[in-house]
Amino acid sequence: MRKTILAAAAALLLAGSFGAAHAADKLKVGFIYLGPVGDLGWTYQHELARQALVKELGDKIETTYLENVPEGPDAERAIEQLVRAGNKLVFTTSFGYMDPTLKVAKKYPNVHFEHATGYKRDANMSTYSAKWYQGRYIQGIIAAKMSKSGVLGYIGSFPIPEVVSGINATMLGAQTINPNIKVKIIWVNSWFDPGKEADAAKALLDQGADVIMQHTDSPAPMQVAAERGKFAFGQDSEMIKFGPNAQLTSIMDTWAPYYIARVKAELDGTWKSTDTWGGLDSKMFEMAPYTNMPDDVKKLAEDTQAAITAGQLHPFKCPIKAQDGSDVECKGGDHLDDGQILGMNFYVKGVDDKIPGK
Amino acid sequence: MELVEAIILSVLAASTPLLIAATGELVTERSGVLNLGVEGMMIMGAACGFAGAWLSGSVIIGALCGIIAGVSMSLIFAMMTLGLAVNQVATGLALTILGVGLSGLIGAGFVGERIQPAPHLYIPLLTNIPLIGRIVFGEDAFVYLSIALIVGVSWFLYRTRAGLVLRACGDNHISAHALGYPVLRIRLLAVMFGGACAGLAGAYLPLAYTPFFIPGMTAGRGWIALALVVFASWLPGRLVIGAYLFGAVSILQLHAQGAGIGIPSQFMSALPYLATVIVLVLLSRARTGGSTAPAALGTVFVPDR
Repeated sequence: MRKTILAAAAALLLAGSFGAAHAADKLKVGFIYLGPVGDLGWTYQHELARQALVKELGDKIETTYLENVPEGPDAERAIEQLVRAGNKLVFTTSFGYMDPTLKVAKKYPNVHFEHATGYKRDANMSTYSAKWYQGRYIQGIIAAKMSKSGVLGYIGSFPIPEVVSGINATMLGAQTINPNIKVKIIWVNSWFDPGKEADAAKALLDQGADVIMQHTDSPAPMQVAAERGKFAFGQDSEMIKFGPNAQLTSIMDTWAPYYIARVKAELDGTWKSTDTWGGLDSKMFEMAPYTNMPDDVKKLAEDTQAAITAGQLHPFKCPIKAQDGSDVECKGGDHLDDGQILGMNFYVKGVDDKIPGK
Repeated sequence: MELVEAIILSVLAASTPLLIAATGELVTERSGVLNLGVEGMMIMGAACGFAGAWLSGSVIIGALCGIIAGVSMSLIFAMMTLGLAVNQVATGLALTILGVGLSGLIGAGFVGERIQPAPHLYIPLLTNIPLIGRIVFGEDAFVYLSIALIVGVSWFLYRTRAGLVLRACGDNHISAHALGYPVLRIRLLAVMFGGACAGLAGAYLPLAYTPFFIPGMTAGRGWIALALVVFASWLPGRLVIGAYLFGAVSILQLHAQGAGIGIPSQFMSALPYLATVIVLVLLSRARTGGSTAPAALGTVFVPDR
């Protein structure tokens, strides 16, 4: 058995080296997905970007993806499998693939890797992520304008910096409209549990919140808000189908421009290890159309988006007060620096809650 | 007062799938078979139930499709454990893995589609009674069905001869066999009933709870149902209490967070399982009064022909 595997591996290697000799051969690009491609959220958006990539460069590349790859040690095998199959550029699309990707990258220095949302890099391993907090700031402004009760409902997944910075950005945006705005936060301790997310949305609405925001992946909260005639924001994807009269906007991950640029660089031979943290200006994500709101709110949202895109407005502009009223150190000049945002583990003033486990 | 009503409505909805699935598993285990594949049968019920409802436009047909899917899955289990006398634990776990994968395949074409959820009962005047009106007279059919089911099972197990025979198979299959009862056939029916209930419970999720289908949407409810049977110490009455208690804990912890009551949410999420462990400890210490596990639970039976 082992002999057959070795023989197969040798054959693959041979095929690979022969392939390199023929310039006409297509570049092989691989993708590792966390969920099923039909999850309507995180993985779905990566899959849309892959399809766009094929449409753009299909005559020069060949793509493969592996879906439902669990984070952790199993991922290493899946990544290595893609490399052995001759993929020269591999995108690993979830935070938990960070260490497995790094391990495989060290083993195959001639293959290039792209890891989403992580912080570990190497000569042949880049990272990329998006400044979603910019979108959350805009959502905060819209939410404060649309809320009659002055109470926002926020469904959190896990209290990690990305989620905490999202809550803070939302509140900072909302406070520009209503300084006394309140937010109720419910942690469901899961990225994906439609039933529990729906229950959390119901609980928030029952307690007086009238705009629902979520940092979990299913459209269930949107559906609950729609059923009750309240408002909500989508997550990762366009979710208007689940709440035609409820969705105000949605932060949509749009990885396609980045994927196309990186694959082009690989084709040109100019690929270099980088750290990309793209915002609205780089189109790393987009806002879904502003719907179900009066024209003045829509205009305000669009103006805010334009100001952030142009770099005139930073959601975390100083001074920022922490929950206890003390000033937060301002490391980025007139705003918090990237490190402070990426590692955020405190609430800003006005959030009447405690970060679990702190 | 409105908040209390809202909480009770949410608790009833959250408890119903647990109660239905656990009722089925209780009957299966009472016959001496441990089927750990509840999660797999539930998710298959969810996928097929949604597919049926979407294609036909009828929630009832969807529910029937869910039941059929659950029974089909349980037949695979029965073939292995009753027919071939394979280890029940391993087969049950395999059934869950199979169900999760297969349901993703079946449901793939239906992701992103929407259906009209199961309608809620409305009786003029009665449903409008403040506080109790909507709770008692304004639920969807699944809620009433779940209560009818557990009452029926309770009556069957303790008030009928067939129920007595089923329990005998679970407590001592050799004696039951010696008395001339068809142990394997009785267990087959019990396993199928468990599958039907799990399928129906799974179908409840996309048909009434969150009216869309996404792979993996049962999110561990099958395992909670299994824990529930142990928590209830295999007694139908305690099962009802347990199901609503588990449902209440899951809803109340969300409300506690929203209201800013400082109980760690991780602790609250773990509470149902913690309660199950405590009940197991209590049961093992005091073996008087309540019944414990069916004596032949999980052991294979090969008739000596």
